[in-house]
Amino acid sequence: MNRRHITCTINGDKAEFLCDDDESLLNTLRDELGLTGAKEGCGTGDCGACSVMLNGRLVCSCLVFAPEAEGATIETIEGMADGEHLHPLQTAFLEGAALQCGICTPGVLIAAKALLDRNPEPTESEVRYALAGNLCRCTGYDKIVRSVLDAAAQMKNNLQEGDRL
Amino acid sequence: MTDINAVSNTPNSYKWVGTRPVRHDGLEKVNGHARFAADLSLPRMLSGHVLRSPFAHARIISIDTKEAEAMPGVKAVITSADFPEPHRKDYVSLNLMARDKVFYEGQAVAAVAAGTKRQAKAAAEKIVVQYQELPHVLSIDEAMAEDAPLLHENLITKGVEPVPGKASNIPSRTLFERGDLDAGFKEADVVFEQEFTTKVVHQGYIEPHAVVADTSSDDRSVIWCSSQGHFMIRAKTAAMLGWEPSQLKVIPAEIGGGFGGKTTIYLEPLAAKLSQKAKRPVKIVMSRDEVFRATGPTPGTKLRIKLGAKKNGKIVAGKAWLAYENGAYPGIWGMLGAMCLFAPYDIPNFYVEAFEVVVNKPVNIAYRAPSAPMAAFATETVVDQIARELKLDPIELRLINAVEEGSRKPDGPKYGPIGFKETLEAIRNHPNYSIPLGPNQGRGIASGYWFNIGESSSATVHLTEDGTAIVVTGSPDIGGSRASMALMAAEELGIDVKLVQPRVADTDSIGFTDVTEGSRTTFATGMAVVGACRQLIDELRKRAAMMWEVDIDEVEWMDGNALHTVNKHAPLALAEITKSAKKTGGPLTTTHSLEARGAGAAFSTQMCDLEVDPETGAVTILRYTTAQDAGTAIHPGYVEGQFQGGVAQGIGWALNEEYVHNAEGVMENPGFLDYRIPVASDLPMIETIIVEVPNPKHPYGVRGVGEVGIVPPIPAVANAIHDATGLRMRRLPMSPMTILAGLNQKNGSA
Repeated sequence: MNRRHITCTINGDKAEFLCDDDESLLNTLRDELGLTGAKEGCGTGDCGACSVMLNGRLVCSCLVFAPEAEGATIETIEGMADGEHLHPLQTAFLEGAALQCGICTPGVLIAAKALLDRNPEPTESEVRYALAGNLCRCTGYDKIVRSVLDAAAQMKNNLQEGDRL
Repeated sequence: MTDINAVSNTPNSYKWVGTRPVRHDGLEKVNGHARFAADLSLPRMLSGHVLRSPFAHARIISIDTKEAEAMPGVKAVITSADFPEPHRKDYVSLNLMARDKVFYEGQAVAAVAAGTKRQAKAAAEKIVVQYQELPHVLSIDEAMAEDAPLLHENLITKGVEPVPGKASNIPSRTLFERGDLDAGFKEADVVFEQEFTTKVVHQGYIEPHAVVADTSSDDRSVIWCSSQGHFMIRAKTAAMLGWEPSQLKVIPAEIGGGFGGKTTIYLEPLAAKLSQKAKRPVKIVMSRDEVFRATGPTPGTKLRIKLGAKKNGKIVAGKAWLAYENGAYPGIWGMLGAMCLFAPYDIPNFYVEAFEVVVNKPVNIAYRAPSAPMAAFATETVVDQIARELKLDPIELRLINAVEEGSRKPDGPKYGPIGFKETLEAIRNHPNYSIPLGPNQGRGIASGYWFNIGESSSATVHLTEDGTAIVVTGSPDIGGSRASMALMAAEELGIDVKLVQPRVADTDSIGFTDVTEGSRTTFATGMAVVGACRQLIDELRKRAAMMWEVDIDEVEWMDGNALHTVNKHAPLALAEITKSAKKTGGPLTTTHSLEARGAGAAFSTQMCDLEVDPETGAVTILRYTTAQDAGTAIHPGYVEGQFQGGVAQGIGWALNEEYVHNAEGVMENPGFLDYRIPVASDLPMIETIIVEVPNPKHPYGVRGVGEVGIVPPIPAVANAIHDATGLRMRRLPMSPMTILAGLNQKNGSA
């Protein structure tokens, strides 16, 4: 089988790779491009550990064929911090002890950012439904949900402070 | 003289213990850089794939690997013939690669290493295995039946007198008894006897098992994997390979959840052997399907329990018959259930008989307070029944019977200081206990016990030239234990916790350390860290004395400084001493290893408020409150996290989770879609109350917090469903179908 040549943008940088037609985007990210932040927990789209943004849409990268990335813009956990500056969600997760083993954390953060990008002031219930596709077996979700709400409040504050300046 | 059992200070004077710093390994875990087992790649690395049994029970007639070996990219194929014959009781090695028989669907039969994952899988499919199917047993009833098909033809039940004359599927029986059972029941005013069944459930860690092994031509192997204990990986892998432990170096990757399920091995000897044959590194990563079919579930059970109490609420007699599945090989799960069943209550007369039962399912392994949740389901449900019958508040009834310091455990030893009553009182005093409930809503109370353990741990503390303390242990960090090690070290050394760098080292780089299990890490490995720090302080005092040219007895250590007690010299900070280390005797490093004794028993009391939808039988958890004795909470954030995680797993076990096997013994739900663990929208916030009754056997009073939180949820949910509907739930899971059937039967409409 001839491998396909794909060009896309990942975390702001141009990326190229070769892949089989039926290879998953997750395997390509992890095995070809060295971006191992997205994890495989199930390979069937049930756990969300492989969550990435594909053209602004939250996807399970294990359910996306790598060739679908042609021309696409992809954001992964490795691109979430702005250089040395963590995203407020990352900071909130650290301060709120919202991770234990940390295997689900990249996917949860990507899904939480997708939520806050479209709904900056979610209710607890909205957070819970937005993260219902991301399994966490360690935390019981309590500290995750609280940290997402804390991050949303922090981002609102930052925005207001920005307005005042 | 260093005494690591000396109690450090009064709790109120701690500067670092009890605070909530950001964990030291946190940054890597929020930016995707943390390296879990499946994240490692080596040059020239091959991919491995394991061929697994499609049958629940079958004799292996032959295995032909010729065609597979000729497939593209294939560099090695292995079967049990590549390993030495295991000791007949080395159930781990026997389980990891089937020999003359397969005992469950999913058991490994052969493995392939090839250039790519696809090549390895394609080649594995070309291995020809001839099986002769055998009759199988899938339940306790089937396995214990008189004429049951046998898994192991030579298995004679232990713990039965006289010794049985023929083999069975019952490896062992455990008996605990006290007092005069008949007299006890005669004394009772109310007696309830009930039978309970629970299903096999999985620990459900999100990270599948993965390994990279690199075996060199002189039969030494370096193994990278995630586990709850890399010294255990070393020992068990060496045993299966027939090697010395020193031939292996095991490097711990970050671990993506374990909950007991990673206290054993599955892939490591296979990868090491494939690597040896192929002369290249080999990586094997399990699929989720393989994780469900071939790794660690926890037992299904059948439990009969009878309790008798007097009108005043005093429980006077208890009788129990417990049967725990063990999967395909003998285990200890029934015995653990027997230890925990009546442990929270001071019952003068009891008789507890527990059986291990082998069945044609994956080999069971620990799951958070293993065996205790099922036992508590039985005890706590009947205790609730007694409270209702006697019109006593369920917490009051438990307080009347609760064990306290000096009470004896069912297996004999006396309790030290414990906080069980305090957890009961904490729930009773919580405002949630008096929130009014609406229609179809119910409140359930349940308590739980877990014994906790000590075992071996080692710690080394190195001071860097600039005065940072590198704290090295051999305990994998599954939920924030690096932070608790750093906090205890900061407290001891009197330096900022940010100047402590906690690390988890490989098997060559730190002394032997047992598995992260039994809620032991902050307790036992924490004691090793405290011991190493105290030795280091003695050394720092000695160095300061040399720098000042005074007697060491004139030097004290306080807040990270050497103080000269006769006040001739200005205090010397730790960093000043490390800077001059070359002039005072060289590097500053200490090691402390110990076999920790005196783990404190853990208790939790929990309250579940829920609503049952009478139309569908579905349960919504409205509120959940848990009170648990931590001894001392070193990092309260991660202590709460342990409480909450245990509760969430217990709720999943109570309401949803179960292995579904078809009549052929094939698992029908080996994925997270059909084996449904709780998701964020299934749960409310889980309110935590940290009770602190210090354990006097630990310098900071730690008693271990990881496990007991999973013990009360099943009965708490069951008792709340009863409160809401009047239905007594005695079978797991308490799924909508089961509840609806019960409601229909109760209303006479079914």
